[in-house]
Amino acid sequence: MASLLRSDRFLPAATGIASLAAAVAIVELLLRAEILNPHIMPYPSDVFAAIPRIIREEAVFQRFLVTAGETLASLVLIVAIGVPLGVLLQRNPLVRKATESWFSALAAAPIVLAYPLFLVLFGRNASAIVALAVIGSIPPVVLKTVDGLAATRKVLINVGRAYSMTRRQIFWRIMVPSAIPSIFVGIRLGLIFALVKIVGVEFLINFGGLGQLINELAERYDLAGTYAAIIFVIAVSMLAFTLTEWIEKWLTQR
Amino acid sequence: MAYAKIGVEARSGLLATDRAKVMAIRIAIIVVMLALWEGASHSGLFFKDVIPSIATLAAALVRLLSGSPFYANLLVTAGEIAAAMAIGSVFGIAVGLLLGANPFLARTYEPYIYYFGPTPKIIFFSVLIMLYGVGPGSKIAMGAISCFFPIALSTLAGMREINPVLIRVGKSFSARPRHMVFKILMPAMRVPMITGIRLGLGVAIIGTLLAETKLSNKGLGYMVIQSYNRFDMPTMYALIIVVVSIAVLLNVLIERWSRSNSSDNLGSLA
Repeated sequence: MASLLRSDRFLPAATGIASLAAAVAIVELLLRAEILNPHIMPYPSDVFAAIPRIIREEAVFQRFLVTAGETLASLVLIVAIGVPLGVLLQRNPLVRKATESWFSALAAAPIVLAYPLFLVLFGRNASAIVALAVIGSIPPVVLKTVDGLAATRKVLINVGRAYSMTRRQIFWRIMVPSAIPSIFVGIRLGLIFALVKIVGVEFLINFGGLGQLINELAERYDLAGTYAAIIFVIAVSMLAFTLTEWIEKWLTQR
Repeated sequence: MAYAKIGVEARSGLLATDRAKVMAIRIAIIVVMLALWEGASHSGLFFKDVIPSIATLAAALVRLLSGSPFYANLLVTAGEIAAAMAIGSVFGIAVGLLLGANPFLARTYEPYIYYFGPTPKIIFFSVLIMLYGVGPGSKIAMGAISCFFPIALSTLAGMREINPVLIRVGKSFSARPRHMVFKILMPAMRVPMITGIRLGLGVAIIGTLLAETKLSNKGLGYMVIQSYNRFDMPTMYALIIVVVSIAVLLNVLIERWSRSNSSDNLGSLA
């Protein structure tokens, strides 16, 4: 049974990696045969060779720290603004009715397109990037905080009342703990929203960390370097995404 | 008790007086925000023109919507987004159906789509320019890559939620694969597929417009970045207001569409 389970997982993973390797090999061959134009697409072998080069020469680690710092600053602000807003909405049902659909609309709105506006308001610096990321990423935190608090099981609140807890105690000792998994789902969505916006705006305005690196390499026409940097950024985003997923699983299992 | 009151309200929906109160709250919030805006605009705390007065903004909005350049550029952007959606949704739906129908393929490739989905796609733009040129091609490619992921993932999720009875009915009538897809699977997955298209359209709009702001000579994104370069703040605000309104309106319309007529599809019979 155990071996069956393992092969059940192993085979798809192996097939996935094998087909990825096959795709890379096919692209390499097509480029070598000049069926694909090697002047607009680098050889995959060159891209892999470029990874150590950009790590060494392009200060990738410092750039990573810049992007991570912006993301962390945004995250702190998103939580500090989004969670209290969610609590406020949950406590005032009329305000919630009045504004909940606005927050959903804001979540779907292409706020990031307003990045030139933020450049004018804040200057071409990290605070513009952080401000944009925060405004665009607050809605999921607000909505998930409201959902989580509103979904507290009636039984638990009744238990609190049976022990004649005050309203404040019921809120902090019962509703908040039971809402934490949902709130974390919102924070995780907010973090992903923020990371995407931060890297995107860094790329667009050619300022800051990892996003700028791709732009610079592309402008230098360093094809292999550009692709290598893209692979690096995707790896970082995937890592951040997986990490938050683990934390979420850990929180919901408890 | 306050909680009991909240609970009753949440269960029974809002009373007529509450509806009036909700409307009053909405109007109050809007008025306060407009007042704050107008105050900030006249406060002198910001550089001149950074926060234009509401009258200036309204004038810019009227000017924008009454001039022909806006509509010409809107048409360019709308065309790019439509092409991106066509390409992205054909690939997205095909991949979603394929992975949904075959558990082995799903276990093999779903993680890649799932983990690749939330990465910032705009970073591909510099590569797409080299591949598809500086014209509409690279913007369409940008939008198509953006919308592929939510559409593929929603289709796949929809496949998993289909009632197996429906598939057995199809099989017992020995439906051909074509009929299975168009007569059974797609009608049964109407809601998740429309959700995918709604999410996909949202990211396609963002991808296409951001690409236009980076490098182009047409489209609404180009207009936004041109007004930034000219420091024509009122026009930039007007453009952003219009684009955001269009995106939100489309989102709401698609959501309504997915809720309407849901009684006439097969999925609800199950």
